[in-house]
Amino acid sequence: MNKIFETPMYPFAHSPDADASVPVRHKVVVIGAGPIGLAAAIDLAQQGVQVVVLDDNDKVSFGSRAICFAKRPLEILDRLGCGQPMVDKGVKWDVGKVFFDERQVYDFNLLPEEGHQRPAFINLQQYYFEEYLVNRVRELEAEGAPIEIRGRSKVSAVGTHSDHTTLEIDTPEGSYNIEADWVIACDGANSTMRAMMGKDFVGRVFEDNFLIADVIMEADFPTERWFWFDPPFNKGQSALLHKQPDGVWRIDLQLGWDIDKEREKRPENVIPRLKAMLGEDVQFELEWVSIYTFQCRRMEKFRHGRVIFAGDAAHQVSPFGARGANSGLQDTDNLCWKLKLVIDGKAPESLLDSYDVERVYGADENILNSSRSTDFITPKSDMSRVIRDAVLDLSEAYEFARPLVNSGRLSVPCTYDSSPLNTADGLDGPARTRPGSPCPDAPMGDGFLLPHLAGRFTLLTIDTDAPDMIEEDGIEVTRLALSTANDPTGALKDRYLGNESSAVYLIRPDQHVAARRPYFDENLMRVAIRRATGKEQVQ
Amino acid sequence: MTDLITTPNIAAPDDFYAELLAAHDGLTKAESDAFNARLLLVLANQIGDRAILSQALAAATLTPKG
Repeated sequence: MNKIFETPMYPFAHSPDADASVPVRHKVVVIGAGPIGLAAAIDLAQQGVQVVVLDDNDKVSFGSRAICFAKRPLEILDRLGCGQPMVDKGVKWDVGKVFFDERQVYDFNLLPEEGHQRPAFINLQQYYFEEYLVNRVRELEAEGAPIEIRGRSKVSAVGTHSDHTTLEIDTPEGSYNIEADWVIACDGANSTMRAMMGKDFVGRVFEDNFLIADVIMEADFPTERWFWFDPPFNKGQSALLHKQPDGVWRIDLQLGWDIDKEREKRPENVIPRLKAMLGEDVQFELEWVSIYTFQCRRMEKFRHGRVIFAGDAAHQVSPFGARGANSGLQDTDNLCWKLKLVIDGKAPESLLDSYDVERVYGADENILNSSRSTDFITPKSDMSRVIRDAVLDLSEAYEFARPLVNSGRLSVPCTYDSSPLNTADGLDGPARTRPGSPCPDAPMGDGFLLPHLAGRFTLLTIDTDAPDMIEEDGIEVTRLALSTANDPTGALKDRYLGNESSAVYLIRPDQHVAARRPYFDENLMRVAIRRATGKEQVQ
Repeated sequence: MTDLITTPNIAAPDDFYAELLAAHDGLTKAESDAFNARLLLVLANQIGDRAILSQALAAATLTPKG
């Protein structure tokens, strides 16, 4: 059977750019057609920004790779017009179980709260994820949006200038040059853009190997994340089981450091390991096997003039917590509205430096969390193992120890507490919606709140008055008027008002809170809009 | 803010000491290490206060703060 990941999705085609006598200038060039590059391109094209995506390959990801997509990226994908197919195909889950040795020690629910349109997580093979993004690109192309993917087009040289970048592209027909006003480098952990520009990528190497096997089997395990510490079938190591669509199961087995990778990857060595875990009688077929090691590291800065790095090209984490692709999607969500305003001349170029501040902060939070998970999963000394095992033993008997168990702190969006775009909190409201926070979803009418906040600045008012529209120096802010009289579940009050009786929120196009107050005050709001678009520095 | 108590605070200290030793009776070194780790976590949860826990970690190094 021909798998989706074996079929060319954007085969090489001759570009007229190759025949031009002077290099053709593009508004934005995105390098890499992985999840992050495609999301960036869709975001920009939806806003009418001309964009070309270059990829050295012509297929979606080989093997399932990233499989866990969190609620926040699904909300971003909704804004990009492709959340629904992902959720329809994906396997929804929110329960995790933790096993130690032969016993289940406890279970947890990632989303114990109602009133969100999207589930805590879906599992979906990266090749489907990319396929749906490519489908969305094709849809936009058909609508006449300025977006194009060029397959088998590898960037082989880069020249940086103060107001543009030149790129040399190698193709099956030879090389040609193009220019770009802006480049977004989404070419992954082994980014050639980063290497060609000689930028650093420092961090910590973890001396461990993990075997990933995707197996196709009919199994009646529930749709839950199962994590084993020190199981009988993989003594002294860890294991993880996840369900994917199409009867595919992801199995992760920790192998340790001193192994022969090529040998361990052979089916005759993989199959006995899987049988030890699944049972001798379970029938399964191997779809994909890989061995990975990992590092936690990031670039010092993500923005280098007209070249901006996003996703794994900019930062890399361990897989525990599903913080790789999920954080990359938050990068482009953060970047694209800012880039659009800068391109349109509605915000100063320095607004893009807030991308650096906010997403470096996000990367550090992800690196911290995933490093700590790794230190729990793989104790680095005898005593750290003794303490780790004590936590696990206690967690079975006593609830108090469970928060200390760390099998991966699953991806949640970060709050940009110290962002230069925030206005000081003016509301005695819930901490979860303080300036810098991603807006939590809530039921609204027949649907949900978040789709009403997408892609533009919004003035969210609750039980108080404000103008329907306010324009400040080219930035249009549209009001969304809500009332607690129409809040049957109480979620709106709970998440946005707390003890206050009214509130006005300034919400950014990426659904993060920029400012909030109890009442509308025109002068203060104008200052907040200027600050949120990089025009007003905090005194 | 309360501080870590560094003055005597355990009633009948000899009884407590004996009970602590007795808890380790018959345990191997590995079992004793595991017991100590569990005891540490149980006590830490009882204290709860992060600042006190940090002071306790510092106190256990026997390096006076400069």
